[in-house]
Amino acid sequence: MATVPLNGVMILAGILFMLGLVGVLVRRNIIFMLLSVEIMLNAAGLAFVAAGSRWGQADGQVMFVFILSMAAAEVSVGLALVLQLYNRLKTLDTDAAARMRG
Amino acid sequence: MNAVFYIAAAVAVVSTIMVISRLNPVHALLYLIVSLMAVAMIFYLLGAPFAAALEVIIYAGAIMVLFVFVVMMLNLGPQTVAQERGWLTPDMWWGPSLLAAVLLAALVYVLGSGGEVSVGSRAVDSKAVGRALFGPYLLGVELASLLLLAGLVGAYHLGRRSPDPQQRRGEE
Repeated sequence: MATVPLNGVMILAGILFMLGLVGVLVRRNIIFMLLSVEIMLNAAGLAFVAAGSRWGQADGQVMFVFILSMAAAEVSVGLALVLQLYNRLKTLDTDAAARMRG
Repeated sequence: MNAVFYIAAAVAVVSTIMVISRLNPVHALLYLIVSLMAVAMIFYLLGAPFAAALEVIIYAGAIMVLFVFVVMMLNLGPQTVAQERGWLTPDMWWGPSLLAAVLLAALVYVLGSGGEVSVGSRAVDSKAVGRALFGPYLLGVELASLLLLAGLVGAYHLGRRSPDPQQRRGEE
């Protein structure tokens, strides 16, 4: 069975999380912001699985399953909100939603 | 076998950089699928084949298909790419990128100072994951099902096609 260094996996998870964070901060298109949130959730799942694999326990993968179901619920509600935003404002600019009322 | 891990990690990082820098949403989605495949490869190397299968089936399969459907329904034209090009100017992205790079350097320093430990010598199969899910984590499974139900109801409520705002104002 192959082995990989734990430090390397954790650093990779950190790099992917930071890339997702930069994506959320930099992009103004709401679809790209949702994609970047997915990248961050995926990086957190990678860290959980690596830590679970370090001790040979299943808890890391259990947490990954929970993160996955949370991401699915978040994406379904988020994309429905994107469709509503586009129907009303005819743009995907997040700044346009600042003038939203009631 | 370390070479396989480094190749998969390099593919994941490069494709994720492409995701956050593309102008066309569909190109970004395709790069994100490549990135998720690379992470699934790393899950397999870590001895977590169940997580690798879930990553491909649910993330790269179901969630990305949702994104593709929404991009199709929005029917974005070439003017969206031009708009994105106007938004993504260097003075817009260098500040957050620099601060995130500083944070990442601190994180790499902390993680790199630990001892060298190898993982993945022992696989945790789906049977062990299932026993943990329906044993000590049973309450968590119930809460996750409740969360998915709430997501379903919320998406159904928000996804209804509301009447045109101008038309509604005319009726008032």
